[in-house]
Amino acid sequence: MGTALRWLLFVPYGAWLLIFVLLPLGLVVVTSLRDIDGAWTLANYERFLTPTYLAMAGTSVGYAFLITVITLAVAYPAAYLLTRTRQKAFWLIFLILPSWVNLLLKTYAFLGLLALHGPVNALFLAAGLPERPLLFTDFSFLLVSIYIFIPFMILPIFNAIEEIPPGLIEAARDLGAGRWDVFRRVIWPLSLDGVRAGVQAVFIPALSLFMITRLIAGNRVITLGTAIEEHFLVTQDWGMGATIAVMLVVMMAAVMAVVGRKGERT
Amino acid sequence: MIRGAPPGKPPAPAEGGLGWLGRLYLIAVFLVLYAPIGYLFLFSFNEGGQMVRFTGWTLEWYRAIADDKRLIAIALTTVLIALLSSAAATAVGTLGAIGLYELRRRTRDVLLVLNNVHLVSSDVVIGASFLLLFTALGLRLGFTSVLLSHIAFSIPIVVLMVLPKLYEMPPTLLDAARDLGAGPLDVLRRVILPYISPGVLAGFFMALTYSLDDFAVTFFVTGSGFSTLSVEIYSRARRGISLEINALSVLLFIVTLLFAAGYAVISRHGAKIRGVFVRR
Repeated sequence: MGTALRWLLFVPYGAWLLIFVLLPLGLVVVTSLRDIDGAWTLANYERFLTPTYLAMAGTSVGYAFLITVITLAVAYPAAYLLTRTRQKAFWLIFLILPSWVNLLLKTYAFLGLLALHGPVNALFLAAGLPERPLLFTDFSFLLVSIYIFIPFMILPIFNAIEEIPPGLIEAARDLGAGRWDVFRRVIWPLSLDGVRAGVQAVFIPALSLFMITRLIAGNRVITLGTAIEEHFLVTQDWGMGATIAVMLVVMMAAVMAVVGRKGERT
Repeated sequence: MIRGAPPGKPPAPAEGGLGWLGRLYLIAVFLVLYAPIGYLFLFSFNEGGQMVRFTGWTLEWYRAIADDKRLIAIALTTVLIALLSSAAATAVGTLGAIGLYELRRRTRDVLLVLNNVHLVSSDVVIGASFLLLFTALGLRLGFTSVLLSHIAFSIPIVVLMVLPKLYEMPPTLLDAARDLGAGPLDVLRRVILPYISPGVLAGFFMALTYSLDDFAVTFFVTGSGFSTLSVEIYSRARRGISLEINALSVLLFIVTLLFAAGYAVISRHGAKIRGVFVRR
């Protein structure tokens, strides 16, 4: 292709890279290094290292970890079983369909489900347990997050297990491996790429989604995402908000480095 | 992002299928996945006005939406932003992908990392950084800032949808066109663009869903007095239960289904549609 034309084509995209990728990232870093009057300072980072913020970050990571582990525990067997069903395409469509309902609307549904006299409490009553306030607790945050992330965990694991050549499993069987051995020594190791992708797809949003906490957990749960939103849009302390954003990016990068060595990007 | 099943694989006959325990587990998972959505939809018909006790059937909430001029205006704005932003992102992203394709490998890999920054980072960070950007540029928050943000976060996915199509393209095709006397612009318009059009179409639809579905980024850059549907849903839901939201969710779901059906039809008849993209 002609050089002139090639460059002409590349101009809008290049401009996007500069203005909407590099510049915003740079602005976040710069803002985190300034105080309210615009003078250079490390005070925001010092504040992040005080017990209040460290505890918040720690809790947020803890919640995200818990959400990821439980989601994985629920999703892995489901993904495995899905690969064994006869009408895979049919089940897959059913799995993807709920993700077409906006996340906010799904969260909002739990305002009814978890209400004091709502269906979940009715289940408790039926099981002989007393009714209890479920909304605006850490339980509701965990439950709703896990609910929302399950499909995002199932899909990559399903794809990974599907890609295992059936010949490998047959070979293992022929060589005398029992069902458990086949799973432990063939299927599980070969599905790890899917697990990695799923963990990334869940852990990062679990750290940063602020709307679930806001809608369903009140002010009980503050995640890193909630804190960023609060600093930027409520208290207008952009320097601190940007600092938390930088720390969030660092943590995400760390997670991807640990988890995603061979994992595919989601 | 959610990937579909790997295509082109025959369903391997799993020996014995599922045991009853496995079947039970799958059914339980799917029940849990669908129960909240069913609950949400069901109560859009609830006469009682709350989302706890179902007292009787009504279409009152759907009528309320039809009368809600503000909500309809917001819905139309949301669609307008989605269409404009996906069209712009598709144009920039497609040309960008062609540009990347022609680069040397090392440069391309570096640029691809930058391309994927928004795809791997979290919505909150993108939203906050765009807010900083628009403030630094002195742009007032509102329609323009939301539109620019949506274009910006949709471009990388278009690039990722188009690039594989470019790699699929046999290089001999381009050589042949050049040998037959096609200029660079002809090669682009009559060879490359028609060849990659399924990827372009997929990118456009992905961009549409990104735009329609986005809440977090938009929330940071709407400012006051401007709203998209998801921001509006959020602010209403924060005020508590309103069955109008339930009715709205049913309507949105129906639109989504139609939309998916439309995409399925268009991509199946891709060969005919290609003419739309590249008119001679």
